Amino acid sequence: MNFSRLLKTIFLVEFIAGLYMAIKELFRKSKTINYPFEKGPISPRMRGEHALRRYPNGEERCIACKLCEAVCPAQAITIESSERSDGSRKTTRYDIDMLKCIYCGLCQESCPVDAIVQGPNFEFATETREELYYNKEKLLQNGDRWESVLAKNIKMDKPYR
Amino acid sequence: MIEYLQILGQEIYKIIFLLVPILVSVAMIVWLDRRVWGLVQKRRGPNVVGPFGLLQTLADALKYIFKEIIIPASANKVVFILAPIVTMTLALVAWAVIPMSENLVLADINVGILYLFAVSSLGVYGIIMGGWASNSKYPFLGAIRSAAQMVSYEVSIGIIIINVLLCVGSLNLNEIVIAQKELWYVIPLFPMFVIFFISALAETNRPPFDLPEAEAELVAGYQTEYSGMMYAMFWLGEYANILLMCAMGSILFLGGWLPIMDVYPLNVIPAPLWMILKILFLFLLFALIKAIVPRYRYDQLMRLGWKIFLPFSLIYLVLTASFLFYFDKLPKVSI
Repeated sequence: MNFSRLLKTIFLVEFIAGLYMAIKELFRKSKTINYPFEKGPISPRMRGEHALRRYPNGEERCIACKLCEAVCPAQAITIESSERSDGSRKTTRYDIDMLKCIYCGLCQESCPVDAIVQGPNFEFATETREELYYNKEKLLQNGDRWESVLAKNIKMDKPYR
Repeated sequence: MIEYLQILGQEIYKIIFLLVPILVSVAMIVWLDRRVWGLVQKRRGPNVVGPFGLLQTLADALKYIFKEIIIPASANKVVFILAPIVTMTLALVAWAVIPMSENLVLADINVGILYLFAVSSLGVYGIIMGGWASNSKYPFLGAIRSAAQMVSYEVSIGIIIINVLLCVGSLNLNEIVIAQKELWYVIPLFPMFVIFFISALAETNRPPFDLPEAEAELVAGYQTEYSGMMYAMFWLGEYANILLMCAMGSILFLGGWLPIMDVYPLNVIPAPLWMILKILFLFLLFALIKAIVPRYRYDQLMRLGWKIFLPFSLIYLVLTASFLFYFDKLPKVSI
């Protein structure tokens, strides 16, 4: 141990510098946010809770092509379809197991009509597992609820797709 | 008989008058500790329950009360239950002699500082009992570490206290405070104050000397097997001890309940408030240090205690004694 280092040790120089730093930091603004009361910014690409969208006239966008079911790496999506009276193919069942889902966003990417999308909502924790087996009704409901945000996000992200 | 009961009633009234503020201030101090720690680390700390989160500790205590107390099957039941009680009782008992002002003291005994020192030394028993009675590896290791650590640092604290006593010539805490009317001992005995402070950190198992409960190695040290109210009692005792050490530091070095200077606007402020301010100041230092220092290695801790603090405080003791003797400033004690 050389002499200057010895002096530093005896007079607790580093320690006092640390204390000074701590006192300085005490009066600076916190880096964390007050979470449930204020929220951080979310990217338009946020891959949160799923939603099935509708056209402005109220018609479901989904054409039951089953691309999302095929591409889903976790095999979380189950689709059954049949022909409707007007001759168009529509889903009779569209289930997503949110517990299996890995939120990779491939379903959204594969969808040719922007029907299945992942919205900005990430606060959908539940108390039972059953509540997280989403069916078509629930997904459409999500779509109706978040439509304005979803449409805006898709529009904002369009140039980069 | 009735006279006796009357005296008993008065004493109990006094004790409650002392204990309730201490328990409340312990709750506040836990909040302050967490808050300062959070703010230094750029977090927010507890801020939801009550104004500024002040009632956080109360909420925690309520949670602890309603939690189940689990006693391990292989634990020594009696000692296991006794340990947190001993820790808390000893931490609170020592407050009896702390003078908040010249008259505001529960027991103004002549051997105040000895009593304080003895009771705070006994504090290690609660921890050893807890660690041993748990009959589990981590608590046992934690208890051993804590015992070794507290005993080592007790020695240097003892010699530091002798330093102060040499200047005062009395063991009475009030007289120690009054002796500092001209000059707080923090100025002539500054190195001793620093060593006392660091030893107090080690004595109360605070970072950087929190080896007995080093969460990375020992889970939670001697508290590992405790749950519910028993855990809360340990934790209450720990913080009461920290406050006690702060009070001891302010009495020995910072002039206790004396104002900074005996001039007009300062000496209007009541004495207990000065005492509280000094305790708070020392506690803030405790809290800040928790935020800035990494934990010591065990051999470093022992080296610091035995090889540096002990000889240094002994040398300083000799220096103080010779200075006082040479300039004929030794306190005149009438026998």
